[in-house]
Amino acid sequence: MSWLTPTLQDLLLEAFWETLAMVGVSAAIAVAIGLPIALLLHVTGRGGLSPLPWLHRPLGILVNAVRSTPFIILMVAIIPFTRLVAGTSIGTAAAIVPLALAATAFLARLFENALREVDGGVVEAARAMGASRMQIVWKVLVPEALPGLIAAVTVALVSLVGFSAMAGAVGGGGLGDLGIRFGYQRFMPEVMATVVLLLILFVQGLQSLGDWLVRRLSRR
Amino acid sequence: MTAIAVAEATGYPAAPLRPETMPDPAAPPAVAPAVALTGLRKRFAAGGAVALDEVSLRVETGEIFGIVGRSGAGKSTLIRCVNLLERPDAGQVQVLGQDLLALGEAGLRQARRGIGMVFQHFNLHHRRTVAENIAFSLEIAGATRAERRARVAELLPLVGLEAKRDAYPAQLSGGQKQRVGIARALASAPRLLLCDEATSALDPETTAEILALIRDLRDRLALTVLLITHEMGVVQAICDRVAVMEAGRIIEQGRVFDLFTAPREKVTRRFVSEVIGDAVPLAALARLPAPPPGQRRVLLRVLFRGPHATRPVIGEAAARYGIALNILSGRIDAIAGEPFGIMVLAAEAPPEALAACLAWMRGLGLAVEELAA
Repeated sequence: MSWLTPTLQDLLLEAFWETLAMVGVSAAIAVAIGLPIALLLHVTGRGGLSPLPWLHRPLGILVNAVRSTPFIILMVAIIPFTRLVAGTSIGTAAAIVPLALAATAFLARLFENALREVDGGVVEAARAMGASRMQIVWKVLVPEALPGLIAAVTVALVSLVGFSAMAGAVGGGGLGDLGIRFGYQRFMPEVMATVVLLLILFVQGLQSLGDWLVRRLSRR
Repeated sequence: MTAIAVAEATGYPAAPLRPETMPDPAAPPAVAPAVALTGLRKRFAAGGAVALDEVSLRVETGEIFGIVGRSGAGKSTLIRCVNLLERPDAGQVQVLGQDLLALGEAGLRQARRGIGMVFQHFNLHHRRTVAENIAFSLEIAGATRAERRARVAELLPLVGLEAKRDAYPAQLSGGQKQRVGIARALASAPRLLLCDEATSALDPETTAEILALIRDLRDRLALTVLLITHEMGVVQAICDRVAVMEAGRIIEQGRVFDLFTAPREKVTRRFVSEVIGDAVPLAALARLPAPPPGQRRVLLRVLFRGPHATRPVIGEAAARYGIALNILSGRIDAIAGEPFGIMVLAAEAPPEALAACLAWMRGLGLAVEELAA
């Protein structure tokens, strides 16, 4: 393990924190924006609580547009927007903006699917009991879909770990970037192996945590 | 016949003899009807099948009214129009004295709190405990935690679920889930209970329990119950009046006993025969020897009802008119608490004696019908 110099240890640790920051912050933003979008998509869809095709269709198209843009291109394409939001177009903070955007679109779809899984009968029962639309959303749809929503967040987090490896393109740092720069470009396969191992452990941890939460919450 | 004997014979609990709440059809109703639907029409897609075709219906306060029909007959749409889960294209919906179609959104939500609904698939919140499920309608109506606790504590014993307070639906049997559904529907103290195929997902024994519970609650809480079902046994067990639906129309309605013992429409007959079993066993029929020369054989379906239901008519007929009577099928039962008997007979006699006998039997008030042999 002679290659694992103190300097490299520090680099690995720093890269890990960067990955954690990019994934964590962009996921938090994606949940905060993606859930309302998913609810809007679900509620305004055909057979929803308030079908509004004029809102549902453009919103769906927008979500699909973001989802179909390859991340590496999205990252570069929205640089002006990134500069506006983050004040800079390079670094970890700048990487978070496109990551959050991609994850929001991704999560919005996954959340919408989770909401669709909610038993329509429960919603109908709530309507029959005189619940308002807001009450149905917050007291029926979201709580009943919670295990599915958590599972969706888990999937999104794992995808974000993958996306974050591309953040090196805008100087965002992180484990993936370290693997490319040291492991590939400086011919240090040990570093590459370490990075990959760390990522595997990280993703396993995320997935296990997500699965555990879903099991705890589902009550089925 | 006692209620217990009826329950054993039919597999369903018997209706109590002459429930006090049963309206006398002759007298004008003393109170306004709980539900009055007038001229309801509903078509789901333009050019599609008609779900409701000029349906009018009155459900009197305090009665258990059943709507029976095959799937697709429109009964589900009809019951969903009563709390406007489904909006009719035309017609009037008066429920508990209110014109529901005239209400705004907030008014409709308020009105719905006075109408409980129970569903075929229970529709419980999977992630709420029994107590939390029951408290849902109170929660959305803004009741405090203490109020909800108190109400749940009243409701649990009513449906016999004290021990399951903190269980989740996945831990309950079908019958227990429906008890939760019923307690939830009753939480807001509604005066009308809608049952949408409430026992169709349950086994016969559990069905009997749930029906007994619904009838018991009707009596104790002075509820009006409107239920839809495809099982005539449910109607026989608890309904006071029944309507038969076919292709979006109500084709026949009346007191359960009358409809069972004197069905007019073909569809009704089919439903009724499911329960009272008056089909002629073909195997038995084929084995009857040819009648002796000079005698005629007819198949008779005799319905014993009214004051002479218990008279030994068969023996008397044989003795008086010298008729050979062969019983092919028979059953004695009770419907809506009234006893009745039904029998299919092969009668052999000279034609004149036969005619005289039939006239005598009809004179006793028995419904005698000649079946094609």
